[in-house]
Amino acid sequence: MERWSNSADGPQLEAAILKTEPRRGLLSNAVKEAKARGLYDIPIVDVDCHIIETMNMADLVPFIRNPAIRHLYSTHPSTANMDLAGSYGDRDVGGRIFRDAPTPGTRGAPSVTGLLDDMKLIGIDYASIFPTPMLALGGHPDPVVEVAIAQAYNRWLVETYLGGDTRARAMLYLPFNDPEASLREVEELGDKPGVIGFMVTSVRKTPIYHNDYMPTYAALQERGLPIGFHSGPNWHSASASAQLNRFLTVHALDFPLYNILQLFNVVINGLPERFPRLKWIFFEAGLFWLAFAVQRLDHEFLMRPSEAPLLKRRPSEYIREMFFATQPLEYPDKMEYLEMVFDMIDGESQLLYASDYPHWDFDLPSRIYDLPFLSDDGRRQILGGNAMKLFDLPEPKPLSATEVDL
Amino acid sequence: MTQENLTAAEYHVCPDADIAERGRVLVEAGGTEIGIFRIKGRLYAYENRCVHQGGPVCRGGVLGRWEERLDDGGRVVGGDFSEDQIDIACPWHGWEYDLQTGVNIADPRFRLRSFAVSVRDGHVYVTV
Repeated sequence: MERWSNSADGPQLEAAILKTEPRRGLLSNAVKEAKARGLYDIPIVDVDCHIIETMNMADLVPFIRNPAIRHLYSTHPSTANMDLAGSYGDRDVGGRIFRDAPTPGTRGAPSVTGLLDDMKLIGIDYASIFPTPMLALGGHPDPVVEVAIAQAYNRWLVETYLGGDTRARAMLYLPFNDPEASLREVEELGDKPGVIGFMVTSVRKTPIYHNDYMPTYAALQERGLPIGFHSGPNWHSASASAQLNRFLTVHALDFPLYNILQLFNVVINGLPERFPRLKWIFFEAGLFWLAFAVQRLDHEFLMRPSEAPLLKRRPSEYIREMFFATQPLEYPDKMEYLEMVFDMIDGESQLLYASDYPHWDFDLPSRIYDLPFLSDDGRRQILGGNAMKLFDLPEPKPLSATEVDL
Repeated sequence: MTQENLTAAEYHVCPDADIAERGRVLVEAGGTEIGIFRIKGRLYAYENRCVHQGGPVCRGGVLGRWEERLDDGGRVVGGDFSEDQIDIACPWHGWEYDLQTGVNIADPRFRLRSFAVSVRDGHVYVTV
């Protein structure tokens, strides 16, 4: 009726003026996207979202065991002494990309509770929390620092946020430059409520096939806990990417590159044969790198099988049993290209939706929901079903659209 | 009368003077969020929904397009923010659109949904 009232004689229609400042309400668009697709009625697991743990550095300090490192960060509760090589670069394109206050820039959510509030608006039932600056900690020159920060972060997360009636879960940080310390983290924290696995940073210097790591892999397998490799950039002067001059190219290359490195190491060293029940997950490199990795590795393996004597099948067959987080899902010129990648890796059963929110290249669940080539069941599996099976998560109470309010 | 005309309705937005050069108002009209911008004196109206993932594009930053300057030999000798090409960047992921056409600056196949906007008796109206 409203539309017909605009005759010359009818009352004037008034547009409602909306506030544009302060920078709030950006996620109201996500609510619209979710409601339009009924996403609040579908169980959705986000396997990768981020806080800025270092904004809580003062809270982490009491959990640092090493007295010298605890003293250091008590005096300066910041990243200033961390030497985080991956932390530089303009993620936000000169301020063009930003988030709702109080999230500063797009580097991560200041708090777990704030992040969970955003997750609910987006339509996410379970959120697997990852740190942000610590994703570069694997490249730290001093393993003592890595271990101290990792221990503190893990215990802070477990004791403050995980367990109980929460939608937060976490794959805890493994200080992989110290294999024995990594094993201790699994033994001490692997059974804590809310811990759904452990994470290794893909950007690193130590070779993940070294014999010293086998006890950690065994401990994870024994507990049914997946291991995840989370990728990142490495613009450090000693890296190949030091030849690149734009964040765009470093980001485009490095995230796939470091996941390729670790995937190649895992497969060709026969780790899936040695730990056949261990589940492997690779995070944050999109999906097209897998087309390259699968074809290239199979091709070389056919010529040089003696260099990979533990393998009983083609590399691609092991890779098809691994899991991959979908973000940042590429935007291909032709949808058939993406469909082919899904087919190559058995996407409907092996892919796990990830938002990466609030980082600059996050994906809403609608990216998966709208893919035209997925079956209805495959769509639901990627959005949540695959992750619920993998992490043994109970069916969540559906988020109700009526509860979502900005 | 076309179908479009049959369903269209005109909404009063605000006094014309309320929208400064490179300024904007964001409104809801007929259930649609619309950003109205003034670029080089003219008004443009676009739906507050990025083509990419539905982001709040009309809440984004308005900026002259960054253009690199080359010399005759193809060397980069500097850069400027354009005074002619004025773009808006979606705050979610940085997709950028030319505010005078609504066309995406990275791939012209993508464009924002636009609306007719007019000024009458010193007031701005948008047709939805």
